[in-house]
Amino acid sequence: MSAVTITAAPAKALPGEGRIGLRANVRHIGALVRRNALQIKQDPESMFDAVLMPIVFTLLFVYVFGGAISGKGNQQAYVNYVIPGLMAMMGMNIAMAVGTGVNDDFKKGVMDRFRSMPIARSSVLIAKIVVEIGRMLVATAVLLGMGFLLGLQIHTSVLELAAAIGLSVVFGASLMWIFILLGLTMKTAQAVQGVAMLVLMPLQFGSSIFAPPTTMPGWLQSFTDYNPLSNLADAARNLINGGPVADSVWMTLGWAAVITAVTAPLAVAKFRKKT
Amino acid sequence: MTRIDKNAVEVRGLVKHYGETKALDGVDLDVREGTVLGVLGPNGAGKTTLVRCLSTLVSPDAGHAVVAGYDVLRQPRQLRRVIGLTGQYASVDEKLSGWENLYMIGRLLDLSRKDARLRADEMLERFSLTEAAKRPAMQYSGGMRRRLDLAASMIGSPAVLFLDEPTTGLDPRTRNEVWDEVRRMVADGATVLLTTQYMEEAEQLASELTVIDRGRVIANGRVDELKAKVGGRTLQIRPSDPAQLPAMAAAVADAGLDGLAGAQAVLDEGLLYVPILSDEQLTAVVGLLGVRGFGIAHIGTHLPSLDEVFLAITGEKTLSSEISDTIAEEVAA
Repeated sequence: MSAVTITAAPAKALPGEGRIGLRANVRHIGALVRRNALQIKQDPESMFDAVLMPIVFTLLFVYVFGGAISGKGNQQAYVNYVIPGLMAMMGMNIAMAVGTGVNDDFKKGVMDRFRSMPIARSSVLIAKIVVEIGRMLVATAVLLGMGFLLGLQIHTSVLELAAAIGLSVVFGASLMWIFILLGLTMKTAQAVQGVAMLVLMPLQFGSSIFAPPTTMPGWLQSFTDYNPLSNLADAARNLINGGPVADSVWMTLGWAAVITAVTAPLAVAKFRKKT
Repeated sequence: MTRIDKNAVEVRGLVKHYGETKALDGVDLDVREGTVLGVLGPNGAGKTTLVRCLSTLVSPDAGHAVVAGYDVLRQPRQLRRVIGLTGQYASVDEKLSGWENLYMIGRLLDLSRKDARLRADEMLERFSLTEAAKRPAMQYSGGMRRRLDLAASMIGSPAVLFLDEPTTGLDPRTRNEVWDEVRRMVADGATVLLTTQYMEEAEQLASELTVIDRGRVIANGRVDELKAKVGGRTLQIRPSDPAQLPAMAAAVADAGLDGLAGAQAVLDEGLLYVPILSDEQLTAVVGLLGVRGFGIAHIGTHLPSLDEVFLAITGEKTLSSEISDTIAEEVAA
């Protein structure tokens, strides 16, 4: 037997020791972003949701509901109403994919490898989020392209358009932590998708994304008023069409901050403990 | 030599419970630096939990473990720098090519872009995967995937390598390839802790063995010591002239050598079997036959198989022998 003495070990890791430096952390996240991007290259079908969904939704809503909501022949006006709304929705739908992705990853041995390597465990999750933000930007670009084809007009400036896009991305990224948490908690990717849909549908349709809430019953209006997706849709809409933006922008940022502050630490803790 | 006495892995009283299941129930073991320890046990014995504790994937409930000088609970970050892990399931990204996988691991281990590239090329070459370098790993055969997995574990030249059932599900040829790789890693100075259900694998690779069952160590020691503990060797002698077999058997049996159980001539095989308990007996038997003028063409000794060892220690059959028994019965029926 050897002479290595084993002192009574406290259950906690010693703080600071062997910590990953910021530069190394960025490098690790970069390597993992590259991994996720290569996965997309290998499996281009995984981009279908980002590319096709904006096209299908724009056509459907503008031509099926546009006339009814804004009056026959008045679809043009609806384009400027619904496209900013769809920007808000896109973020949420893309964010959902991160949950199923994380869940899938855990089924494979590769997660064990990452977790037994000298990298910050959060870097795996952050890399996922970075790639999903990239996908969101692709989806937004397709959506705006469709919008311009159908006559979308920017009544403000490119700067405000960029602000609208940025706001959707920030909010979408905060939602990703919820879906990561779901992905780490639920047993299968299908279950993650099921629960996500259940949450998404009422949030999306019970909002100002597709139609002004003024015709909705009072109880639903109070729901849509507090629905963060309404805030985001209103903010994006007013940034593009002009109008008061301060309230809805701050509300959206506030929601994003609260959601991230609550769910990100939970998700990282869950990720650390998951076996 | 001092390094022989140094332990690369020390485990004391390691406990991990999952609800009612005691996956590890107070495990002690040591792996000397530069050697291979085989952790042998049937399915559900706690082998995988042990490896997961030692590679910081799960925290033990009690006990201590030190790997390459780092405590698994107190210094997990440093520990992760010096270990490599190959699990039962391929721990590579199947959508990435072999090269991309290795390059990614290199970058995660803080190699520069250039070094990571060179290292990926080097490892692919070494594990005979150069031709498949650009193909996604999902298109690899089981053996190729396992080799890629080992290559990924070796990128950082870890001091301690954990291999959790590295050849489960591989065909014999591929299994031999993996064994060769493990031998090379050890030759390069790595310390290996290898779990296996296969007696043959432990015999082929490990210098020492720890047998675990239901989360407890039930035996440990050098492979040959363990076998000797369970039963002696059998001396096999092939005479130059097979016709002399009965006379040889009689000569050994009549000689009345101390403690010798007797000798058995198996004419079909042209072999004389003599169970022996010591080197002295071996020398005495061979010497006796020489003095009597019998010609000997070949001599060998046979140790009991590790299946027999396990049966002798636990009084239970291992899963693999149970399965082969079942198959034998089914074939018989």
